[in-house]
Amino acid sequence: MSEKIKADKVMDLKGLPCPMPVVKVSKGIKEIEVGQVIEAQTTDPGALTDFPAWARTSGNEIVKTDQDGKVITFFIKRNA
Amino acid sequence: MKKNDLETQFAELKTKVETLTKEGAENKLSMIVFSGDMDKVLAALIIASGAVAMGMDVVMFFTFWGTPILRDKGKKVGGKDLMGTMFGAMLPKGACNLKLSKMNMGGMGTAMMKSLMKKKNVASVEEMLAVAGELGVRIYVCEMSMDLMGFTREEMIAYPNMEFCGVAKFLEEAKSSKIQLFI
Repeated sequence: MSEKIKADKVMDLKGLPCPMPVVKVSKGIKEIEVGQVIEAQTTDPGALTDFPAWARTSGNEIVKTDQDGKVITFFIKRNA
Repeated sequence: MKKNDLETQFAELKTKVETLTKEGAENKLSMIVFSGDMDKVLAALIIASGAVAMGMDVVMFFTFWGTPILRDKGKKVGGKDLMGTMFGAMLPKGACNLKLSKMNMGGMGTAMMKSLMKKKNVASVEEMLAVAGELGVRIYVCEMSMDLMGFTREEMIAYPNMEFCGVAKFLEEAKSSKIQLFI
């Protein structure tokens, strides 16, 4: 079992294709405090490259990525 | 090297750096939407909303075949001359009226693509325009294209951040942008 990360906000982005997951997460991250974590669930396979690219550019951090079947879950810490 | 030389060199570098920071590109994307094809416009809007998500300021310039995309299908404007009426009738009336650049097949291809997009949850051009507006993407419309095709400001959609301009405004924005695209 991997360690549990406590998320301050959970976003269900399942079924949404590009560009909506990144657009919604970039909005959602502004609703939490710096240092807090968002748990974003997506079924967009492109998110595996897109989320890290978005995080690097926007100055936030992906703490953990989980994959369970088609669902990819990112834990993103707000740094910026 | 003498101290004086170094000082002169330092002063020169300082001025250079100052001009560079002044003229340096902002974290901004400037895009020209020239095409009125559904697929190309959709790509443009996806890039625009993605860029906002990446923290960029985004400006879109709609010109030529791109201008009719911004017409409001619900608005009727009278008093146009013959050419204006003809253009108005032949060009798409709004974002829901666009065709694919390939495989349109008399409208069949576009209809199939639209139903496929719906099935796969891909946002339409109309929906993406609304998203862009919500995200604060600025839209500029080419005044000359509007005039050429006989469009009036009154028949355009109520987009939150829309202005009318000429080429100079685009160039001003493009000059200070990190990315410029022509679609």
